[in-house]
Amino acid sequence: MDRRTLLKGFAAAGTLAATGRLSAPALAQGAAARTLRFVPQANLANFDPIWGTQYVVRNASAMVWDTLYGMDEKLEPQRQMAEGEEVSADGLTWTFRLRPGLKFHDGEPVLARDVAASLERWTARDQMGLLIRAIQQELTATDDRTVKWVLKKPFPKMLLALGKISTPIAFIMPERIAKTDPFKQISEYIGSGPMRFVKNDWVPGAKAAFERFPDYQPRSEPGSWLAGGKKMLVERIEWVVMPDPATAGAALQSGEIDWWENPISDLVPLLRKNRNVAVDIADPLGNIGSFRMNHLYPPFNDVRARRAVLLAMSQEDYMRAIVGDDDNLWKPLPGFFTPGTPLYTEEGGEILKGPRKLDAAKKLLAESGYAGQPVTCLVAQDQPITKAQGDVTADLLKRLGMNVDFAAIDWGTVGARRAVKTPPGQGGWQMFHTWHSGADCINPAVAIGVRANGDKAWFGWPEVPEVEAQVTAWYEAKTAGEEKAAIGRLNKAALDNVVYAPTGFFLGYQAWRKNVSGVVKGPLPFFWGVGKTA
Amino acid sequence: MLAYVVRRVIATVPVMAVVAFFVFSLLYIAPGDPAAVIAGDQATPADVERIRQSLGLDRPFLIRFGEWVWQILHGDLGTSIFTNLPVTTMMAQRFEPTLSLMLITLTFAVSVAVPVGVLAAWKAGTWIDRVIMGFAIFGFSVPVFVIAYLLAFVFALELEWLPVQGYTPLAEGIWPWFENLILPAVALGCVYMALIARITRAAMLEVLQQDYIRTARAKGIGQGGILFVHALKNASVPIVTVIGIGVALLIGGAVVTESVFAIPGLGRLTVDAILRRDYPLIQGVVLLFSFVYVLVNLLVDLSYTLLDPRIRY
Repeated sequence: MDRRTLLKGFAAAGTLAATGRLSAPALAQGAAARTLRFVPQANLANFDPIWGTQYVVRNASAMVWDTLYGMDEKLEPQRQMAEGEEVSADGLTWTFRLRPGLKFHDGEPVLARDVAASLERWTARDQMGLLIRAIQQELTATDDRTVKWVLKKPFPKMLLALGKISTPIAFIMPERIAKTDPFKQISEYIGSGPMRFVKNDWVPGAKAAFERFPDYQPRSEPGSWLAGGKKMLVERIEWVVMPDPATAGAALQSGEIDWWENPISDLVPLLRKNRNVAVDIADPLGNIGSFRMNHLYPPFNDVRARRAVLLAMSQEDYMRAIVGDDDNLWKPLPGFFTPGTPLYTEEGGEILKGPRKLDAAKKLLAESGYAGQPVTCLVAQDQPITKAQGDVTADLLKRLGMNVDFAAIDWGTVGARRAVKTPPGQGGWQMFHTWHSGADCINPAVAIGVRANGDKAWFGWPEVPEVEAQVTAWYEAKTAGEEKAAIGRLNKAALDNVVYAPTGFFLGYQAWRKNVSGVVKGPLPFFWGVGKTA
Repeated sequence: MLAYVVRRVIATVPVMAVVAFFVFSLLYIAPGDPAAVIAGDQATPADVERIRQSLGLDRPFLIRFGEWVWQILHGDLGTSIFTNLPVTTMMAQRFEPTLSLMLITLTFAVSVAVPVGVLAAWKAGTWIDRVIMGFAIFGFSVPVFVIAYLLAFVFALELEWLPVQGYTPLAEGIWPWFENLILPAVALGCVYMALIARITRAAMLEVLQQDYIRTARAKGIGQGGILFVHALKNASVPIVTVIGIGVALLIGGAVVTESVFAIPGLGRLTVDAILRRDYPLIQGVVLLFSFVYVLVNLLVDLSYTLLDPRIRY
């Protein structure tokens, strides 16, 4: 019996236990109904959403800190803490007015100077924020509820930047906390969001707790992702970190937890058999798998070698390796932007469509001058998604006749080694695998992987002026049509030059007990509107 | 005796110093970068570098090592890179679950394995001996996580007698505390039990051949008295030695057991710290485990004088 079979068997037994009761929970029944126990995707190891930009930090932060604007499920920024905004006719001055009565968790009112300080810190770390910072003339609080942001040139995507859902989000903190160096971690976790963080109950790696903030004033509109009324229906939310998926699956079936953010697909059929458990897609924006080639060194400094890999690769192979046989969970992706979102395009995607052309790829690779030198391929073994992709890539490269130097390492080592710019034989690399949240690929402002500005680009350091020209065109576009056209050209240029290789689009699941209501699909778990009965 | 204890305690200091140096050196040369983990996937290489600088990870080895040693000499194990919490606070949060797990495992394993080992020696060569040793080999061979899953499958999910996961502090009641630890302790104790049972059997077999045992039998002493009063005490030195050595097994096994049963103990803390390259935390935890191991060895050595009057220090 191998470990995977054992895991399945273990979780399967939960189905039998569905109608029964395991040991009594520590909480009394009433208290249990007011407390939601949630298993997050990862450990909440730190709690500064500007300093550390992991998704798990963002997800917890969305409960504790509020934002001026929040993105709704239509991917449009809506007013959240902001009561309104004005932009001058020349587009250079933005004035934001705060809603009245907003309070921080320590009882202090939210003032414009808190907003200004928070935005200063955010613009030092966020990619869109950095663009604004570069053209900023002045960011000031003109009174307790008004913030004025004066720019040297117009920035039409201002509300998109302030309301974006990708990390780091422009959360608003008290001024004294927001003045912390953006490259150093805060130690006070005071926000103005619907839940307050219970620092004394925080056991990093095991548990984090949040309690409803009674003075929070939700907007009157219905809640929609990070926008609208964030009405809390439970008094307390406990995040329980469970490193073992079989344990989490069993705990969900037995009722020891209420909601599991990311059950592995192996266990989903078993969870579905349990009549007390509901399973559904977690995030309609899904994820985009990818591997990146190092544009600085042979063989992938030659576009022909990069195109050879694209010609031969099968996205189906990658996706099946990641999600298994469930065809509802993946689709091919001849591009870089998230399917189903306004800017999605397949322009220039022919190279990834149709039967794979191994012979043509081999010929192109030979033309690039590749002569059998080792290709160092970094593959994190502790991340199922990267491991699956790495195995497929190794096979692909071998079929292309490449000499694969397969570096089986852990994700922490990949994180460090991919930043090394020395030649592959001296600690550098030629390939590594990763994936991007679909929410981070809805436009070029957040899709940092597709940027191709050389030294400033993401790891692999592609330099393609045409791609950058189209990014600028998107930023300056005044209509949706202009935006779409720019993205079409960008997609084509990025594929022609193989900025990186998209391996496909895939979805994941979430699961919860049926006595929990209001769970929605989204890029992160939204806790407002989620209720629980005993 | 007192002089010996003092000498051994003093000898602990250079041992810990060597451990500290090796741990720090290994982490320094090991691949990985906490700054990259902190920055997340959306960060640029420049962001990662800025974070590395702010954490002081770009400074030379000797400066970093010197600062760390200076902190330790002042009773400060440093601050976790990720959580911004003192390492001592984080270890204190996790100490009770691991200590509880180890104590219950020890109690369970010793109280079952020693009598079973004595029984196997008494019935050596019979089917009872073979069955016991068969179970011992099974317990020794099957990985802890397999036993853990099987126990949870049967006792938590099928029979619904015990919880699947978690830990309840002792302050919230003895039964809730104990209930959460039964399955993990049995899972973790199986290997330990097998080891002790085998050693007990071997040691007892040797002692049972001695002349004084024959004399005791000739004097009409009952079987229980011979086994547990005369033989076991004289066989106990190797048994106690194995119990001491087995603490290292327990520490290693706790990592897996705590993960499977979602117990927030030091084992999981160690794994998380290693995966994230949280250097101060790794150093703190390894120092603690090393200290515990050295201390257990000292206690084992001292216990020899109680078990065998011929041993003097």
